[in-house]
Amino acid sequence: MQIKTVRDILDAEVLCGEEYLDQEVSSACGADLMSDVLAFVKDQGILLTGLLNLQVVRTAEMMDMKCIVIVRGKTPDEKLVDFADSRSIVMLRTPYSMYTACGRLYNDGLVGVE
Amino acid sequence: MEKIHLQYNVDGDDLTLAGEASSDVRRVLRQLGFDAETIRRAAICMYEGEINMVIHAYGGVIDVYIDPDSIEIIMADTGPGIADVEKAWQEGYTTASQTARDLGFGAGMGLPNMKRYSDFIDIETELGKGTTVKMIIKINS
Repeated sequence: MQIKTVRDILDAEVLCGEEYLDQEVSSACGADLMSDVLAFVKDQGILLTGLLNLQVVRTAEMMDMKCIVIVRGKTPDEKLVDFADSRSIVMLRTPYSMYTACGRLYNDGLVGVE
Repeated sequence: MEKIHLQYNVDGDDLTLAGEASSDVRRVLRQLGFDAETIRRAAICMYEGEINMVIHAYGGVIDVYIDPDSIEIIMADTGPGIADVEKAWQEGYTTASQTARDLGFGAGMGLPNMKRYSDFIDIETELGKGTTVKMIIKINS
């Protein structure tokens, strides 16, 4: 699935990384606990989270993730968006809750990694 | 390829900087052309360790040795030491502060993740003196 499709499914706003929206992702992970993200070594394309700090971007970077989705319409500060941008990571903001956002993506074929 | 030695001083005062050393090692491993999964394993082990150094032990020194067969990570701090190492290995056991939890860590998954993705891990710790964690990640294992 292309990141721009993820954007459309989640009615999301692109906060940075507009130039990478054509990239393909095949799985996603939803978590506010970064150690849960780090518990899976397999390739995961997207991190959905409600957490807003630099460690979210660091975790995505360590895991080669291409996109971070901020759920429930929260607004990350400029420093966080700039940091994601510097790591060539797309940052999206969706109005949906974590559960709904994950459900919408799963329903359209974007699976998790087990 | 000659053995490469990288060394990092991890600042224990600034939580936002935690992960900088891991990020740099990941960059070097990519430049050296290691496969993606090996790099992720090394990154997970080192990043969890680096977070631990910052949230529990006021920072420390990390030495990384890279050769074609393995990546060796040695993380040494002069922090409070681990009171009960047996418990620290258990998933979910934690002594972390709320500040650590606010960052998305401190849920008792750090050491279990480091153990899961390293081929060798050893902890030497002494209360009041500090902790040294040594990990080896074999390539293509």
